[in-house]
Amino acid sequence: MTTTVTPTAPAPAQPSAPSVLTRLRVPGGFLLGAVLLLGVAPLVLPDFRLSLLAKYLCYAIVAVGVSLAWGRGGLMVLGQGVFFGLGGYAMAMHLKLADAAATGQTLPDFMQLYGTSDTLPWWWKPFGNPLFAIAMTVLLPMAVAAVLGFFVFRRRVKGAYFAILSQALAAALAIWLVGQQATTGGTNGLTDIQGFFGYDLNDPVNQRTVYVIIAAALLLVMALARQLFVSRFGELLVAVRDSEERVRFLGYNPANVKLVAYVVAAGMAGLAGALFVPAVGIISPALIGIVPSIGFVIGAAVGGRASLVGAVLGAIAVAWAQSTLSDAFPAAWTYLQGLLFVLAVGFLPGGLASLATVVRNRRTRPTGSGETA
Amino acid sequence: MTVILNQSFTGISIGAVLLLIALGLTLTFGQMGVINMAHGEFIMAGAYTTYVLQQSISGAGVSLLVALPLAFLVAGSLGALLEWLLIRRLYTRPLDTLLVTWGVSLMLQQLARDIFGAPNVQTRAPDLLTGNISVGGITLANSRLFILGLALLCVLGLTLVLRLTPLGRRIRAVVQNRDLAEVSGIASEQVDRTTFFIGSGLAGVAGVALTLVGPIGPTTGTNYIVDAFLVVVVGGIGQLKGSVITAFVLGVLQAVLEYSTTISVAKVVVLVAIVAFLQWRPQGLYTLRTRSLA
Amino acid sequence: MSGLSISRRGLLAGVSALGASAALSACGAKTGDDTSSGTAAKADTSGSTVKVGLLNSLSGTMAISEVTVHNALLLAVKEINAVGGVLGKQLKPISQDGASDWPTFAEKAEGLITDDKVVATFGCWTSASRKAVKPVFERHKSLLFYPVQYEGLEQSPYIFYTGATTNQQIVPALDYLKKQGLTRLYLVGSDYVFPRTANKIIKAYADANGMKVVGEDYAPLGSTEFSTIVNKVKDSGADAVFNTLNGDSNVAFFKEYKSSGLTAKSMPVLSVSIAEEEVKSIGTQYLEGQLTAWNYYQTTPGAANTEFVKAYQAAYGKDKPTSDPMEAAYISVYLWKEMVEKAGSFDVAKVKAATDGIEFDAPEGKVTVDGATQHVYKTARIGKVGADGLIEEVWNSGKPIKPDPYLKGYAWASGLS
Repeated sequence: MTTTVTPTAPAPAQPSAPSVLTRLRVPGGFLLGAVLLLGVAPLVLPDFRLSLLAKYLCYAIVAVGVSLAWGRGGLMVLGQGVFFGLGGYAMAMHLKLADAAATGQTLPDFMQLYGTSDTLPWWWKPFGNPLFAIAMTVLLPMAVAAVLGFFVFRRRVKGAYFAILSQALAAALAIWLVGQQATTGGTNGLTDIQGFFGYDLNDPVNQRTVYVIIAAALLLVMALARQLFVSRFGELLVAVRDSEERVRFLGYNPANVKLVAYVVAAGMAGLAGALFVPAVGIISPALIGIVPSIGFVIGAAVGGRASLVGAVLGAIAVAWAQSTLSDAFPAAWTYLQGLLFVLAVGFLPGGLASLATVVRNRRTRPTGSGETA
Repeated sequence: MTVILNQSFTGISIGAVLLLIALGLTLTFGQMGVINMAHGEFIMAGAYTTYVLQQSISGAGVSLLVALPLAFLVAGSLGALLEWLLIRRLYTRPLDTLLVTWGVSLMLQQLARDIFGAPNVQTRAPDLLTGNISVGGITLANSRLFILGLALLCVLGLTLVLRLTPLGRRIRAVVQNRDLAEVSGIASEQVDRTTFFIGSGLAGVAGVALTLVGPIGPTTGTNYIVDAFLVVVVGGIGQLKGSVITAFVLGVLQAVLEYSTTISVAKVVVLVAIVAFLQWRPQGLYTLRTRSLA
Repeated sequence: MSGLSISRRGLLAGVSALGASAALSACGAKTGDDTSSGTAAKADTSGSTVKVGLLNSLSGTMAISEVTVHNALLLAVKEINAVGGVLGKQLKPISQDGASDWPTFAEKAEGLITDDKVVATFGCWTSASRKAVKPVFERHKSLLFYPVQYEGLEQSPYIFYTGATTNQQIVPALDYLKKQGLTRLYLVGSDYVFPRTANKIIKAYADANGMKVVGEDYAPLGSTEFSTIVNKVKDSGADAVFNTLNGDSNVAFFKEYKSSGLTAKSMPVLSVSIAEEEVKSIGTQYLEGQLTAWNYYQTTPGAANTEFVKAYQAAYGKDKPTSDPMEAAYISVYLWKEMVEKAGSFDVAKVKAATDGIEFDAPEGKVTVDGATQHVYKTARIGKVGADGLIEEVWNSGKPIKPDPYLKGYAWASGLS
């Protein structure tokens, strides 16, 4: 491991002498993305397709975080479902309370059906406040990530352990949510969400607004990630990924670098979960466990974990394929999905984004993206 | 008192199942550092071997006994094939191995679904193993005793192989220092494949035993895979005794918590306890430096 | 650094676009506004065929059960097409895979209604999937036929429930146990909505009927370790176990049950989620003599059932059993056909108005639609698992029971909902 010092295939080389073309590439691409997402898509897509796209974009927001933590930082974040779920539940709890309040009830509908008490549990109460709830969708996942990451990275827990630990946590949270039916809705999750801060989600116009919010959030998150990528921190992060020991010898603390990446990625997953709720109208433990957590990284892996655009497009493409192909060929889709994992991760670690580079540099064998392990 | 004894036995029998499913991983993950998510599907392959065998051999007892070595071969061969096809290319990227083998596991599950159908299949257990014996007021299920015996037998066998045979010596040499082992004339690639064969084969044996207590279907493996990894992670890599101790401790902990609370709570508490434990002692109970994870 | 100015510009673009869109969408309805206009689904009935949606999990953990329901639905559609379709139009089934994932169910339901413009949808199995799609069908005013026994306490104007509600399955099962003198019950269930709600009802019933619940345990879905629960059951001194476990857990539970020396004689288990298909995968070795509660068995007598079993096995294989949810799915298509023909139209409002009193000679016996609750009158049947893997009826309610999803007709249940 320690012998790999060459910059790895997916890592971006800073253009040494930026020509006009390369300098315009990033803002141009960003503008193109903004036009496509905010202008073209809402105009050409019917309501239903647009709401599907909204859902895929939520996965893409998670993928941005994955790209940061895993692609750049080498942290195998296999527990993103936890953060996605925390964000989603925080948002859904507020919306359920708001729905109940709109009909003059004090308890959400499922608590009236399955609950054991006539009063709202204490930990539900603050979520009645919209500002608190919105803040929590991002802060709660970040806080959990900070606590977990603080110990894990400080103790230098190895990559493999960290991955399995994340999975254990995802499993634990899912089981806990299922077990607390009276206060969390159990397996059903929180469903039948009618309003979004006073706006009726049944109205297609409002659904379109939700889409626009999500698309804008994705662009914002991408801009933030891009900013981090090219900053001093981003360089340090890649350095930690490729050679943690050397970074330590240079006087930096790799634990802090990793922690920041992990916490930011968690915040992004939380934001995605929160936006997923108005887009799809449901959040459930099924989105939190081990399988969805792996699903969150696979899109990024297919598209190219270290490339921001690659990860985002990969996440969208995989989600699209999942929902389109699984109807027509449920069996074949499972094989294809498995094959995607094997081919993309095993043989094209830079993902589809690196395809061009790989072809161009056919002579020089691409090395794998480094592990911090 | 009876309750305590009964629950102790329950804890030990849960531990025996954990040990059996994790035993193969102590080799492939613990010794080689490969995170093989398809390990669960090798357990499944063992279970289906039992099922297929019972279609041709009518005696449930005989078929179970034949199934044990056969499942070892079937699952072991699958493992060796996987190692040759994919894993050997990924030794420097253990985390990527996780995703790749996860993909393999999806494909193997679908393969089982296509061959045997989506519903669970049934196997007949020999009458002897569906009964129980009572000792001083506590009930010991024969199937559980069988699994306990089998698990201990496998541990013993594995220990002997690792300690006393030339193969075991080579495995340990490669684990501790690959480069040195290679210059000493050990064909490390061949050792890798053999190690993987044995580790996967043990999953097959576990699969046979699990037909006595659990469902046999395409998702059989996924039921056990995370638990199996947790046992090895907590036990510490490269050390058999760590996994043995962990399996029984977790089993008893689970049993005690299940009895005093609910199964959901017990599971959550055990998982959170493991996460907390690893923060305190990330290297697990016992540790040995290995090439891939060190 | 160039990156800074880049993202600023990008941010600006994003924000201005957001502002423009927000201005555009300012006319969106507020919560509480009347949105009844304009959102009703426009089912396409113009051609010589109409589309019907089949929404089942074809992949994932629930596929085991839901594929059989899917098969039964396809069979009914095929049979109806063979005799001329509905109102002279052939039915074109559109299958969508819910993939055992609740948000996916909601997404697919939306697609069936808005994209495929189906006239009605059949499917869903778990309560969670039904809860996920319920707002979708209500929003688009489109019909869903739900074919599985469930926990009651629900009555959506756009869902027809052709499986049993609690007073057609659980309450009769309790009546039966009481009659047998099995009054001390241990409740074992999977950790989700149906078992928890069912057990709440059981406890209320027990309190009012001199029965006693001596223990209650839930296992996470898919859990396969039951030694502790079985130990508890064994020590509890219960007369019988009321089992609401689902799926794989049943296999592990019954294997453990037998190993611990408990038998159908010493402590019978009455299960409400084990049908013929599940018996096959658990094994008669472990199940023989145990009780089940349903409204239909493969062995239910009657010409309609003989026909159904024959047709199903001809289509899907001689060794394939038929079960209660399959039958409820099969009749749901026929019931919808009768409703449409009585209404003379595919229009949802007209179909709903025509539902009360629709009768059908089903494999389970005669069923009647109750227009008020949109449930079906069904006969409760207690069965015993035989050595051949089939379930033999040992008791039935004599006549179809009126559906009562909120248990309003039972004094002991007044505190439940």
